[in-house]
Amino acid sequence: MKLLIAGFALLLVCSFIPLFTGRNTKTAALSVIAGIFSLLLLSLNPCIESLFTGGTFEISYRMSIPFANFAIGMDPLSAFFLLPLLVLSGLCAIYGMAYMDGNKHVYGSGRSWFFFGMLVLGMSLATVARNGLLFIIAWELMALSSFFLVTFDHHRKEVRKAGWIYIVSAHFCTAFVFLVFVILGRNSGSLDFESFQVLKSGTAASTAVFIAALIGFGSKAGFIPLHIWLPEAHPVAPSHVSSLMSGIMIKIGLYGFLRTLTFLGDPPLWWGVTLIVIGASSGILGIMFAHAQHDIKRLLAYSSVENIGIATLGIGIGLLGITCNEPVVAILGFAGGLLHIVNHCIFKVLLFLCAGAVIHETGEGRLDRLGGLMKKMPRTGICFAIGSAAISGLPPFNGFIGEFLIFLAALFGITTMILPLSLCAIAVIITIGLIGGLATACFSKAFGMIFLGEPRSENTAVHVEDPGYAMTVPMILLSVFCLMIGLSGSSLLILLCAPVSVISGLSLEACAAGLKPASYPLTAIAMLSSLMIILGVFLYTLRRTMPRSHLETKVPTWDCGYARPNARMQYSSSSFSQPITQLFAFFLRTKSKNPDTAAAFPGKNSFSSETPDFWQEYLFRPSVILINQISAFIGKADNGRIHVYILYIIVTVLILLGFHFFK
Amino acid sequence: MNLPDSIMIFLILTNLSLLASSRLNACIKTVAIQGIIVGFLPLIATKCPLTIYSYLLAILIITVKGILFPYLLRYTLRSVDVRREIEPFIGYGASIIIGVIALIMSFWLCRHITFPEPILSYTAPAAAFFTIFCGLFLIVSRVKALTQVIGYVVFENGIYMFGSAMLIEQSFLVELGIILDVFVVVFIMGIMMFHISRAFDHIDTNKLGESEKKG
Repeated sequence: MKLLIAGFALLLVCSFIPLFTGRNTKTAALSVIAGIFSLLLLSLNPCIESLFTGGTFEISYRMSIPFANFAIGMDPLSAFFLLPLLVLSGLCAIYGMAYMDGNKHVYGSGRSWFFFGMLVLGMSLATVARNGLLFIIAWELMALSSFFLVTFDHHRKEVRKAGWIYIVSAHFCTAFVFLVFVILGRNSGSLDFESFQVLKSGTAASTAVFIAALIGFGSKAGFIPLHIWLPEAHPVAPSHVSSLMSGIMIKIGLYGFLRTLTFLGDPPLWWGVTLIVIGASSGILGIMFAHAQHDIKRLLAYSSVENIGIATLGIGIGLLGITCNEPVVAILGFAGGLLHIVNHCIFKVLLFLCAGAVIHETGEGRLDRLGGLMKKMPRTGICFAIGSAAISGLPPFNGFIGEFLIFLAALFGITTMILPLSLCAIAVIITIGLIGGLATACFSKAFGMIFLGEPRSENTAVHVEDPGYAMTVPMILLSVFCLMIGLSGSSLLILLCAPVSVISGLSLEACAAGLKPASYPLTAIAMLSSLMIILGVFLYTLRRTMPRSHLETKVPTWDCGYARPNARMQYSSSSFSQPITQLFAFFLRTKSKNPDTAAAFPGKNSFSSETPDFWQEYLFRPSVILINQISAFIGKADNGRIHVYILYIIVTVLILLGFHFFK
Repeated sequence: MNLPDSIMIFLILTNLSLLASSRLNACIKTVAIQGIIVGFLPLIATKCPLTIYSYLLAILIITVKGILFPYLLRYTLRSVDVRREIEPFIGYGASIIIGVIALIMSFWLCRHITFPEPILSYTAPAAAFFTIFCGLFLIVSRVKALTQVIGYVVFENGIYMFGSAMLIEQSFLVELGIILDVFVVVFIMGIMMFHISRAFDHIDTNKLGESEKKG
């Protein structure tokens, strides 16, 4: 554990180096990368040990701040989040080195690398913190450094606006996280995690903690309707940063939520039901909004909301399983949720990195300006295709496995014949099915728009090629991870066993037994997937070795019957998604500007559509306006006249006197 | 009627006259008289042995309030060339009525507060409250900065009256601190008002904000 602290210290020092490197961005990036990987190396031993044996380690130093101890610890749950976090942020940093290098920025990227290092430090410290105040310090470090990363291009107005939305929502969330620890600490007299006694369920305190955790951690994770910062902040941040935030940082919110659950006693029924409702609405609405977007990073941001929803469904069914005393359902549900969290880390980072590569090469993030990139950027294209398949939950990739475990939990839930559990399980199955379908539609649109067809604008048509190795290697590695997890079969369950036992409070043996039913289907899936891949490779080789002279003729894309095909005659982003957006028009409220074609000789016309965020338009904007009006009304009291201020003092004195006499 | 009570009634009357008068020169005189009488109060209280500090304090208070403040205020008055408070927020008739209401309220208040041992006079705490209210009321209801300074001095007189009426342990240092405070306020206000009137051609505090915005 002391080595782990040394790792944190190293990362801290390495993060400060970029502040002094000036314009030499390569050194800055390298030092942060070195810091991240040294922390990874030093944390490897405790992480792996605790993941496999379920052991917990703790170390604590007194701090001069009241209630704060530098208490850090490692247990399977922390390890389960810390390891992917460090591996993926290392890859993001390597990618970012090349990404920022091409970006000749007026401010120099040194400070951006400083905040990158701080963000990784904050996130990893949050996963191992064992003291409420230390956790909040790490949490704030994470929130603030990511704010500065988001506002990297702060000379642009929309970036500043997104930054403000993000910082407000981040502090909204910190306020509730504070509340969680204040209530927990009030009951135990100390903010150390080990002193938190398990609160009795059904008491006001445990209910308050649950709700505060749901709001606080949920707004970081992106539960609907607290998700509004995701589609604002991710598109404007540099790609490696948005992949780090969307892929990893929002999972720290879920980590915090899961950690809080371990301080609470047996969950009442409504907790699980609430989580399933939240998960279902986040999942379905998230992917629906993703489908209606025309900007690749906004689309990916909404898809993060959807995936958080899926993981929440898993956690929800797990909680229901505990409430109804059905360990198999609980264990499979938690395992599915956890696995989906890690899976989403991998493929969301992958997709953001691919999107970043596209933006880096073409300078364009709008789907309607892209197209036909498969021929020019084959590696990026294939990686994006793998990521899309994985996020849509298609075998043989990892997305399928995670959702499959949740399905399995729900199926077991139905067979228990306990009414609330069965009903919720049916709802979960329907929801995940619907989400899977919509996600496939959404990502076929994204992939199709970017990589297939003909280029839709000039700058995507000329000298565009795959980025350098520093950018492609992380993407390829992540694609390999996606495939590896998809093919690993039942060996995954060994890794999931210990973290699940921490969340569910069941013993390791019970968890291993609970995961047993999943081992046969997972092995079968792995076998079938491998067979599929072998078949695919075989067919591809066969096709390549066949004589191709008379089989292949080069013709323009979309050459089927059009007299003069034109790039603008292809499907556009909005026309491709129109059937589905039409279907859910009630929620999406897509605003479109239709061309006027009524005249006999219509002139030059245009069509455009956009889908603003439902909650931002109908919940947050009105409430912010209301708050502004109230503030303006109260602000009239502050009119700058000394008479009035003294009058306030007199009135206060009189009221206090009156209170004294009439109480 | 004994001496302390009649002094208290006189002080109450000075307050009322402050509320009713529009001529700043008269106000300054009234405050000076009020200050001198207030300065004598601790000496009148017989039950407490008089120490050298009590005399020193009385002399200091009388000098500052009876001589220094009027001098400074009048100096300011001359320099800013204002004679009258012309358009107060609350008119003089209404001010008197409010003053009477405040007086009734002060007496009512003092009947309901259990004081440790009011030695000087049973009217003293009520008169002190009334003086405090009057001072605050002058600050709130008048426009000219000079009247506000006068209100501030009256307010301080009220506090001092309360202290001496209760014969709370004559803490020389505390009184000294307060008197220094008020002195600095009067002094600074004098200088500031001079500059304000040079800059804005008036010393109406309710217009300062607007001028700032325009400027």
